[in-house]
Formats: sequence, structure tokens, C-alpha cells
Amino acid sequence: MKAKKETHKAPRTKPRFSETFTPEINSEIRRAAATGIYDIRGGGAKRKIPHFDDLLFLGASMSRYPLEGYREKCDTSVKLGTKYAQNPLNLDIPITIAGMSFGALSAQAKEALGRGASLAGTSTTTGDGGMTPEERQHSKKLVYQYLPSRYGMNPDDLKKADAIEIVVGQGAKPGGGGMLLGQKISDRVAEMRNLPKGVDQRSACRHPDWTGPDDLEIKILELREITQWKVPVFVKIGATRPYFDTTLAIKAGADVIVMDGMQGGTAATQDVFIEHVGIPTLACIRASVEALQEQGLHREVQLVISGGIRNGADVAKCLALGADAVSIGTAALIALGDNDPKWELEYKKLGTTAGAFDDWHEGFDPAGITTQDPRLAARLNPVEGGKRLSNFLKVISLEAQTIARACGKNHLKNLEPEDLCALTVEAAAMARIPLAGTSWIPGS
Amino acid sequence: MRELDLEKLSLRELNSVLQSQDKNGQESWLIRNPKGAHALAVGLDAPINVRIEGSTGYYCAGMNKNALIHVIGSVGPGAAENMMSGKLIVEGNASQYAGATGHGGTLIIKGNSSSRCGISMKGIDIVVQGSIGHMSAFMAQSGNLVVAGDVGDSLGDSIYEAQIFVRGAVNSLGADCIEKEMTFQHIQLVDKLLKSSDIGCEASEFKRFGSARKLYNFDIDNLSDY
Ligand SMILES: Cc1cc2nc3c(=O)[nH]c(=O)nc-3n(C[C@H](O)[C@H](O)[C@H](O)COP(=O)(O)O)c2cc1C
Repeated sequence: MKAKKETHKAPRTKPRFSETFTPEINSEIRRAAATGIYDIRGGGAKRKIPHFDDLLFLGASMSRYPLEGYREKCDTSVKLGTKYAQNPLNLDIPITIAGMSFGALSAQAKEALGRGASLAGTSTTTGDGGMTPEERQHSKKLVYQYLPSRYGMNPDDLKKADAIEIVVGQGAKPGGGGMLLGQKISDRVAEMRNLPKGVDQRSACRHPDWTGPDDLEIKILELREITQWKVPVFVKIGATRPYFDTTLAIKAGADVIVMDGMQGGTAATQDVFIEHVGIPTLACIRASVEALQEQGLHREVQLVISGGIRNGADVAKCLALGADAVSIGTAALIALGDNDPKWELEYKKLGTTAGAFDDWHEGFDPAGITTQDPRLAARLNPVEGGKRLSNFLKVISLEAQTIARACGKNHLKNLEPEDLCALTVEAAAMARIPLAGTSWIPGS
Repeated sequence: MRELDLEKLSLRELNSVLQSQDKNGQESWLIRNPKGAHALAVGLDAPINVRIEGSTGYYCAGMNKNALIHVIGSVGPGAAENMMSGKLIVEGNASQYAGATGHGGTLIIKGNSSSRCGISMKGIDIVVQGSIGHMSAFMAQSGNLVVAGDVGDSLGDSIYEAQIFVRGAVNSLGADCIEKEMTFQHIQLVDKLLKSSDIGCEASEFKRFGSARKLYNFDIDNLSDY
């Protein structure tokens, strides 16, 4: 009797979850076992990786003096494509809207992006699926993507573009092609892409008519000849080997390099790809800048950075590390209304919650952005959405200016690595910035 | 016929003369000394005739609209890439990716064409008198590829709705590409394409290939085909 009582009282080990087999991992194993298909989703890498929050600005002090907020001018303008193009892209702010396809996004969302960017004095970009008339009409400056799929590609739209962006890869999936599942291939999308309605469409991961940087040089020549050397040619690369890739893109004759880190969003890709391929945005900037500097072309061939840019501090940090501009995708969609808690009831019905909804490929987006369903798409008013986006773009420009003034800079482009310190050893190593309070840059 | 000589003009000068033609422009042009130049006669958009005497490099007639371009020689990779309409006739051979992503018009190759002929084609008609290489018509979306000679490996891999017609031997078919019945309508279509290409062979000798449409929607049981 006594012994039994003691057993009962014996302390028990607290139930312990495995750090290896976490509840998320286990639920994915069960999902895979039940469905026989890998997990596809939208968005970028969700895992925690070194990012811009791991850097801080130093601000002015005894040896640097700040600029007066609101009184002393701090310029934000930038010119992209100054090396070869007759008509570089002149932007009021160094924040552009990244390429997102019509197909992945509704026509209303594309129009809203164009309106918002135009109000804020910047450019927007087409995507895998071609240029829509709505988008062209409402975008003062439109970059036309030249992708492996070449859906909707035609010389008339090419000549209407203010710049051409050759997509070699994306940060979310370097080495992967696009995906648009059957439910999003509406009549209009099918027609623009010349595909049967309802197919699970896989965009090619490689360009059909060139391989490697030597071919790319000739491809760029062809595009320039077709557009009579008027507009800049960007080359967009998913961040993996940024130093070598930037060197090769410069050699191929790019006017602008767009480097997209692994946090960069996508409309639909395998989760395993998004989370496990590519390098963090923070880790690619200095390596690209180094390549540009070695060729003597830093600032002459511009560098645009994307992947997880959320606010003015991120913008300022990119520029301080040597970028000329940044590009945003996910943040722009959130500004339009993506993942807004006001749709919580509907997110619940889809088995998710506001802030975590990433089944953009399925086409049931309650906010009406990543869908081709006319009923849902009608929920986004392009004029109001455009206004929200332009507000957001102006706020983050102001934020970046606030930081630049505190660092004593009369132009955002004058921010420099010396204005920064790092909070973690990892960030210090990746961004090549000294750990706060020290002069130590790991690896140098 | 007006002459343009690439020994006297730069590529930019030559292309800009051709690109500035409109419906009422000079009808016929003769290009001398192409000497393998890349991006020759690209982005044209007028119903003009351009005769190129010699061989060209990459992307000859790229994104052509309306023009008839006739190469008395061979062409490098990506000839008539993304052509919208009009015609490119190649008297010699064509390198890789001939007619890639072409949306319309006709590409006629009198010699052979290398690998990836008609890759990702989107409506163009391609007629080859000789043979073509491996991975031709990969992910071909629509249009017709007619080959009077033989074909290399993996023809029509992951093909959508394009149609392929072959007279000679096919080394192997790619994923989801199968032989289909050659009906009277198909014979008529091939006959028309052969005649308009000035290629004298019998349409009824051709076999037809196209999509089995099994990979159109993802199914784990087809995993080995992806
Ligand atoms: C919905 C969606 C669709 C996209 N479509 C394309 C595309 O068609 N082509 C492309 O190059 N990148 C595409 N991207 C990637 C963006 O251009 C950009 O690289 C990325 O969104 C930047 O990262 P961020 O989302 O963290 O700002 C897409 C991204 C999203 C979110």
C-alpha cells in the first residue's frame, strides 16, 4: 500500500517535444502520407534567418552631424539603367514594385500595383503571364519581364515597356520554374498563356533559347536591337552565388542587376524549395557590390535588392550596404489588403488564420488579390488599393529619409556601410559589418 | 531591290533601316556580308522581303512580324525565336532552338535543324526538310512541327497542344508524347504546309504525334514522368 502511494507520487518527466520531430514537421509528414503530393504554397522563406533586423544604424555623434528633419533636403531619387540605355528609368524613390504575374494575381491587383507605384513616382513590373492593358495603362513606368516561359511575350508589348527584366531566377526558388495550378487558369489566363484551360501549368526553369552568360550577352543584344537600345535591360537573379552571378551578368551586358534573396515571395512553389534553396537577402548584398566594384561599375550598373523588404529601415540598410534601390512584392500585397484580419472568418474556413494564409496558388484568397475568381477579385478596388500602396511607399521612403538624415546624409544613396553595426555574429559576417561596439567583422 | 552591306553598315544601322519600314516602305531588301552576325533582321514589323546572302548567327529574324526573310545560307541558334507572323526561310541548316516560343508565322528549314527545334512553340508552323535533334518540341504549346527527315531523342517531351508530324524515324518520344491517328484532315494540313514550303514529299507518309494529356494535372502515380 505504502509502496504504491510512493509510485504515484514519483515525479514524472514533463512531456517533451522533439527539436527534430517538431509538431510542424510531424503534421507535414502526416499530410504528405495522406495526400501523396508535396506542399505547395506562396510567400517566401518563413524560417528565422539573419535579416535586416540584425543590423542597426549608428546615427550622428561627435564626428558626424545630422541633417535637420523637414528642413534640410534629403533626396530619394534614383536612375536605373544609366550604362547602355538611351532612356534610363528615373524614379522618385528607390523602391520599386517587383514582378508578379497576372494569373497569380487578379487583374484588379495588377492595376492597383500600377496605380500605387505611379502615385509614388516609381515603377512596377509585369510577371510570368505577360502584360495586361490595365497594367500598362495605370503604370507610368512599367518593367516588362522576359521569362523562360515567354507567356504572352510579343514585340509590341516589348516596345511599350520602360525597361526589360530578364529573369534568370527568383530568390524563393533559384533553379526552379513557375507554377500555376489548374484552378487559376481562367479563360483569360489560358488565352494569354496559350494553354488549355485548367491544366496545372509548369513554367520552364531555363530559358528556351539560351544557356549561360555567353549566350545571355547575345540575347541582350537581340532585345536591345529590337527595342533600338532605348530601354534598360535588367537581369534578375535568385541569390545563391551573388559574387559570381553579378560578375557574369555584368559581363553579359546588364544595365541593372536585380538580386532576390531567399525570403523573397513567390506565387506558388514547393515549400521544400522555398525553405531550403538560396541564401538570405542579407548575405547577398555585399558580395554583389564587391563584384560591381571590382569591375569598376558600382553605381554605373545599378543593383536592386529584394526579398523580405518590409519598412524604411530595411530600405535604408540595403542602400547603406551598397544597393541603388530595392524591390518589394509581399509588402506591396499586404499594403493592398493581403492577410488582413478583417477576413479572419474566411481564413478560418480555409483552415488558416490572418497573417499565416499562404495558399495563394489555390485561388481562394479572401482579400481578392491572389485569385482569378471574379467574385473574390471584385473585393479589391484598384483605386483604393493603389492609394493604400502609395501611402505605404511614401511612409517607408520617409522612414528611410529619417534614418539618412540622422546619419547626416542629404541623399539616400549616400548611406554607407560605416553607418551600420551588427547585432549578431552571423549578421556581422554576412553583411560584412562590425559587431556592435567592436571593430570586428568575422572573416576579415 | 535595295542593298544593305554589313561590311559598310553597323548592325544597328542595318536593323534600324529595316525596322523603320512600314506598309508603304521599300519592298525588297538584299543583305550582303552577314558573316554570322547575331540578331540580324530582328523586330521587323512590315510586309517586306529581306534576302540575306550568307549565313547568320543567333536569333536571325527574332520576334518577326509580317516580314518574309530568306536566308541563302545557314542560321545560328534561336532562328525566328518568338516569331509572331511572316516567314523565315532558311536554305541551309539551323542550329539549336529554331522557332523557339514562336507565336505565329512559318519557319521553313531546307536543311537540318539541331536540338530543341520548336521548343515551347506557341502557334508557329515549322517545316523542316531534313532531320531535327533531341528534345524538339519540348513543352510545345500549339502550332505544327512538320519534319520530313528523322528525329532525335525525347520528341515532344511534356507537350501541350502542339501537333508534330514526322516522315522518318523517331529515336524516342518524351514524357506524355504519343503517336496519334493521322486522319484525312491531318493529311490535308501537312500537304498544305509542305506545298507552301516548296517541299515535295507525300503527306500521307507522315505520322502524327501529340500529347497524351496525362501530365496536365498532377498525379503522384505519374511521378516517374515528371
Ligand atoms: C504573388 C507573387 C507573384 C510573383 N510572380 C513573379 C513573377 O512572375 N516573376 C518573377 O520574377 N518574380 C515573381 N515573384 C517574385 C517577386 O518578383 C520578388 O522577387 C519577391 O516578391 C521579392 O520578395 P518580397 O516578396 O519579400 O518583397 C512573385 C512574388 C509574389 C509574391
